[in-house]
Amino acid sequence: MGKTINIRRGYDIRLVGEAKKVLREAPVSDLFAVKPADFPAIIPKLLVQPGDEVLAGQALFYDKDRPNVRFPSPVSGEVAEIVRGEKRRILQVRILPDREVRYAEFPKADLGRLDRATVIQQLLDSGCWQYLRQRPFSIIADPVDVPKAIFVSGFDSAPLAPDWGFALASERENLQAGLRMLNILANGNLHVGIREQGGGLSEADLGDAVPSANVHRFCGPHPAGNVGIQIHHIDPIQPGEKVWTVNVQDAVIIGRLFREGRFRADRVLALTGSCIRQPGYVHVRTGQRMSDVLGDQLNSDHCRIIQGNVLTGKTSSADDFVSFYTNQITVIPEGDKPEFLGWLLPGFHKLSLSRTYFSWLWPKRKYNLDTNTHGEERAFVMSGEYEKVLPMNILPTYLLKAILARDVERMEQLGIYEVAEEDFALCEFVCTSKIPVQRILAEGLEYMRKEG
Amino acid sequence: MKFLEDFFNKTRPHFQKGGKFERWYPAFEALETFAFTPPLTTHDGVHVRDSIDLKRTMFTVIVAMIPTLLFGMWNVGYQHYQAYGMEMSHLDYFMFGFWKVLPIIVVSYAAGLGVEFLFSVLRGHSVSEGYLVSGLLIPLTMPVTVPLWMVALGAIFCTLIGKEIFGGTGMNFMNPALLARAFLFFAFPAYMSGDIWTDLSPEAGHAIVDGYSGATNLVTFDENFRNLPSPADMFWGFEQGSIGETSVAACLIGALILVGTGVGSWRIMLSCVLGALFMGYLFNLLAPASMPNHAMHTPGYYHLLMGSFAFGTVYMATDPVSAAHTEKGKWFYGFFIGALTVILRVFNPAYPEAVMLSILLMNVFAPVIDHLVVEQHIKSRLKKSKLSRA
Repeated sequence: MGKTINIRRGYDIRLVGEAKKVLREAPVSDLFAVKPADFPAIIPKLLVQPGDEVLAGQALFYDKDRPNVRFPSPVSGEVAEIVRGEKRRILQVRILPDREVRYAEFPKADLGRLDRATVIQQLLDSGCWQYLRQRPFSIIADPVDVPKAIFVSGFDSAPLAPDWGFALASERENLQAGLRMLNILANGNLHVGIREQGGGLSEADLGDAVPSANVHRFCGPHPAGNVGIQIHHIDPIQPGEKVWTVNVQDAVIIGRLFREGRFRADRVLALTGSCIRQPGYVHVRTGQRMSDVLGDQLNSDHCRIIQGNVLTGKTSSADDFVSFYTNQITVIPEGDKPEFLGWLLPGFHKLSLSRTYFSWLWPKRKYNLDTNTHGEERAFVMSGEYEKVLPMNILPTYLLKAILARDVERMEQLGIYEVAEEDFALCEFVCTSKIPVQRILAEGLEYMRKEG
Repeated sequence: MKFLEDFFNKTRPHFQKGGKFERWYPAFEALETFAFTPPLTTHDGVHVRDSIDLKRTMFTVIVAMIPTLLFGMWNVGYQHYQAYGMEMSHLDYFMFGFWKVLPIIVVSYAAGLGVEFLFSVLRGHSVSEGYLVSGLLIPLTMPVTVPLWMVALGAIFCTLIGKEIFGGTGMNFMNPALLARAFLFFAFPAYMSGDIWTDLSPEAGHAIVDGYSGATNLVTFDENFRNLPSPADMFWGFEQGSIGETSVAACLIGALILVGTGVGSWRIMLSCVLGALFMGYLFNLLAPASMPNHAMHTPGYYHLLMGSFAFGTVYMATDPVSAAHTEKGKWFYGFFIGALTVILRVFNPAYPEAVMLSILLMNVFAPVIDHLVVEQHIKSRLKKSKLSRA
């Protein structure tokens, strides 16, 4: 057990609509879909066409640049339709599911005896490889690399995030199996960050799957649970190095693959936000229709449905399908109403990190935030704002300016390899000038990936 | 406020693309967003945003300036009636000052915002909120006797040369309001120094008292610092000077508001004070014993109370655009402002307004400071990565 790492800078946005600790079962949908856009930086090449029968775990498409990285169907059934967008870009592969799921069978492993090459092969064969992410750039890992280490964050500190301790309580064995596999992939360098007090995985959840010297305790506000922040404090990424990261819930799916010999992509989502009648946890299948997950839980029709949290999630809708990496659904009101002299009023109910609105008098209050921007975009004016919510040894404004200037050397020097959009999400939240921080950073990361 | 909303909704089409007044859209938008927080929603990136925006930030700075403004108005009246040896009520003092200061403020805003709107229409960018603050800063740094045409000239200079030629708020490298004051100071010295600090409009039946002198404490300081007003008077501000600068107490209230709300940088304010104290006391140590009246003997803390040190530190040095942007850099930036101010005051009697010049000079050097801080940051990152590889 390493020493406790205290994250001082950051902020917990307190929202109403936290998930109660009850688990519901979502009805099985009559239509599933897999969306290539969920997977970062890939060019999908189809392996199936409408009318084909597929098994759960059978590949639907692969990445053009790395043909062995494949993307599996979460259910068995018939490929119903390939939905295409502009320039024939593949948007969705739709599948009509069987009543009983039939699985592609993979070898059940004797967990103690696997070597690294076998683990890699089975992950590639089953399409589970896409759950491994690489830093820098936060893209799907490359199977030929040997990473310096693999990092898993055992807790999610984002607003209204699911508590893994509760959500994965019944999956402890699969989780431990998954972590064992990751430890093999990392040649023993698997690191897990857990929260010192409350929320997330506990040491008991991890069992002996992770060497105890590699379990790190964190305390402090969001983004303490972001794996990028944890890497920065455990063993920062140096230029030229690669590390991999895996989400806890995805590690569970990997564990299932090796214990059951099947790609069973069930997930537990936290259904949260002020527009949800009874916030709680839902057991779903990846690729399921969102409307079946949401059921009759929406209490307003003028709201934004987000797959993910309010900081980094993607805008979704009831007709959408559950994405491969979704752990949480947040539904908040749309804020498209003008407010008379909004910038002039005392603002007792307006959340701000600054104390320019009087809401700071009630530090414990929870807020029902909507999607209003509360102002228009401006040039950089204020300084020192981002630093307060970015617990990294990085100068955020200078990094962003280097990106805007497309200055490769500067970006490297200022640490672009260490960061991902999610780590800068709070900077974007607090920004007085309403600058699209995550978009700029994403552009910078893509630029560096292509230049490098 | 339904009718106002309807009004904007009804007139908007005329200003949008294809409308009759398409070119004037930025002006329309400025007015509309002034009345109504815009109904914009987040589209990519974060889905929720902090409630603060530039309008609120600037408004907070204005609130922080109100104490100095109110005191300044009172003091204008007080100094006026003092000069005539008349005892009046506080309300009379205040009302006299109010009617003297109000036109200056109105002209400053009208001229500056006029240029701002004109530029936004010509260049097609939205009107920035920066001038809300500059428009009040300019009057507060003027003597009350300043001619209105000069205020207008200063406001236009401030917007045009201080900001717009660089691309607007956020792109400028010097504090626009201070730049305007420096411009007026050097262009029209007769109106900006000398016997101009008190409004001496005639009072029927009263003559100026014999002991009256039109000198500010900085002028006194240049002659002989031992004749300065008492520290208490300098702290509370019962003295002559620019409209807003005299009261250190009022500036302290403003500093509390700025630091409390997180809008102004406490690092800059604190380091300014430390710089001035350091230099002030260093001079005390080095002061020649043979010349007991040499300015170097001035007690170090006097520098915090004299002239516009407090006003400059609280409202001018902390301008986030023209100050250093790195947190470490802010310490150096502030420290040098404080130290330079004291050096200029003690050794360069030609320009008693040392604060103004020090801040402008450090505005110019702020990017250099930031550059050094960033270089040092990069070096330390590199060193760490070499250490961990070894």
